[in-house]
Amino acid sequence: MTRGPTWFNVTSLALGFSFLYLPIVLLVIYSFNESRLVTVWGGFSTKWYVSLLQNDQLLDAAWVTLRVAFVSASVATVLGTMAALVLVRSGRFLGRSLFSGMIFAPLVMPEVILGLSLLLLFVAMGQARGFWTVMLAHTTFAMCYVAVVVQSRLVGFDKSMEEAAEDLGCPPVKTFFLITLPIILPGVIAGWMLAFTLSLDDLVIASFTTGPGATTLPMKIYSQVRLGVTPEINAVCTILVAVVTAAVIAASVVTKRQQTRREREERAAFADS
Amino acid sequence: MENQIPAPKKRSIGGWGLILVPHFWLLLFFLAPFLIVFKISLSEVAVAIPPYLPTFDMADGLTGFWNGITALSLENYIWLTEDNLYWKSYVSSVVIAGISTFLTLLIGYPIAYGMARSPQAWRPTLLMLVILPFWTSFLIRVYAWIGILKNEGLLNQFLMFLGVIDEPLVVLNTNIAVYIGIVYSYLPFLVLPLYASLERLDGSLLEAAEDLGCPPWKAFWKITLPLSLPGVIAGCFLVFIPAVGEFVIPDLLGGSNTLMIGKTLWVEFFNNRDWPVSSAVAVILLLILVIPIVLFQNQQQKMAENDG
Repeated sequence: MTRGPTWFNVTSLALGFSFLYLPIVLLVIYSFNESRLVTVWGGFSTKWYVSLLQNDQLLDAAWVTLRVAFVSASVATVLGTMAALVLVRSGRFLGRSLFSGMIFAPLVMPEVILGLSLLLLFVAMGQARGFWTVMLAHTTFAMCYVAVVVQSRLVGFDKSMEEAAEDLGCPPVKTFFLITLPIILPGVIAGWMLAFTLSLDDLVIASFTTGPGATTLPMKIYSQVRLGVTPEINAVCTILVAVVTAAVIAASVVTKRQQTRREREERAAFADS
Repeated sequence: MENQIPAPKKRSIGGWGLILVPHFWLLLFFLAPFLIVFKISLSEVAVAIPPYLPTFDMADGLTGFWNGITALSLENYIWLTEDNLYWKSYVSSVVIAGISTFLTLLIGYPIAYGMARSPQAWRPTLLMLVILPFWTSFLIRVYAWIGILKNEGLLNQFLMFLGVIDEPLVVLNTNIAVYIGIVYSYLPFLVLPLYASLERLDGSLLEAAEDLGCPPWKAFWKITLPLSLPGVIAGCFLVFIPAVGEFVIPDLLGGSNTLMIGKTLWVEFFNNRDWPVSSAVAVILLLILVIPIVLFQNQQQKMAENDG
């Protein structure tokens, strides 16, 4: 569709995006509220951010969450990239549809089911619950998201370079690291970021699989939210939103710059030949 | 999709490792847990650690295993049919998810349509604006609505300021708040596939219709809507399936009479500590969702084939 937008299109976009953004904007504004009453404006203040820095429990939870997210995102990226390669490259093999089912099902499966089933597995294995069980649980559902993101990158992939390398005697593993990986890297990085934020965000699966000493930030936020809205929680949320927004925008700018540079180099290479 | 799969070639050790490692992981952490859930759903609740009986004792060898098998029963499932709470939760989850999906479609379609009709230069930015909330914490986005919807919240303050209402509207802790929460949280899931199918739409079809004197609304009805149907279906599945098992939204925004199965399961597990019954609840929920999940996957595969 190439025709210009009508007033109807512009209005629906404006309304749609204000619906998407207004709640978050209000939350950010009210995190700077002087008043303890969350919905009454009492003047600008950063005191809730200061009190946040003194809240050890919250900081501990944040530290646990970041560690879980970092480890699980990294493992999930390796496993998810492997799974994507299997889906796109490995041809037919026994159990292929089972495998693709196992990759796609966690994307839509209700979190209560995933959480409950993983907990029961850990109990059956006699595994003490805590940091590592949350990490394993997050890795499992995040790797499926990574696989889908990397797969979409692999599908539009020109195989001739890989084939050329292999014809010239390059071993498959080296071909992967020298040729395949650099080309699918934007997808892999996007997959890692997605896995990281999914883990940062998850309440339900973490609640099921966690144990003593491994309370994550969403669990902490959730237990406080149940008691009511507080400016302090608004401040935590604002920090999280700011970090994620900055990361996503930075990543998209970097990818775009890389893409334009690659296109320019390709054009230059064609001009030379 | 099938025809794109390359013919099998001789696999090296590395090739086998590539296939086996993710397989092993998913079999252990995704498939095996379901079998355990199924097994425990057939067990009895017990005051023990873990709180169910029988536990299979491998030390007794085959006889212990067999004794375990014979001790399993369908009792929990019978219990689910006897207590009204459970089947009411299932029905109400499906109804709430269905209504929310429909509302998401009503709001999401004009957004996706507007994006597809906007100038090429805007589109990456608009796409980014849709994806960005998806990256922000789900919990935070649901939480933000509490401050807006509660009795002395921003929405009521605003409406009373305008003089539209004299008494605050009670929205928080009702099903309406749950609809708002689901629509808000899942909107990007619907807009993205819908936008993808609307963007690919051939503009010349609409021009042809216009040249032949077809009014725009009729062209939309006869051309745009049918051609965007795959996107509509994909988007609706992506909203409906997770919404059925939603826990956070009904728990934080819904009231005590908002019944949703995710919440029922959570209460059964964490408050009543009845692991066998919550496992049975999960098994039935899974059975309800298997049909839409399989339909969704088939549809995705069909779309991939059409592209290829």
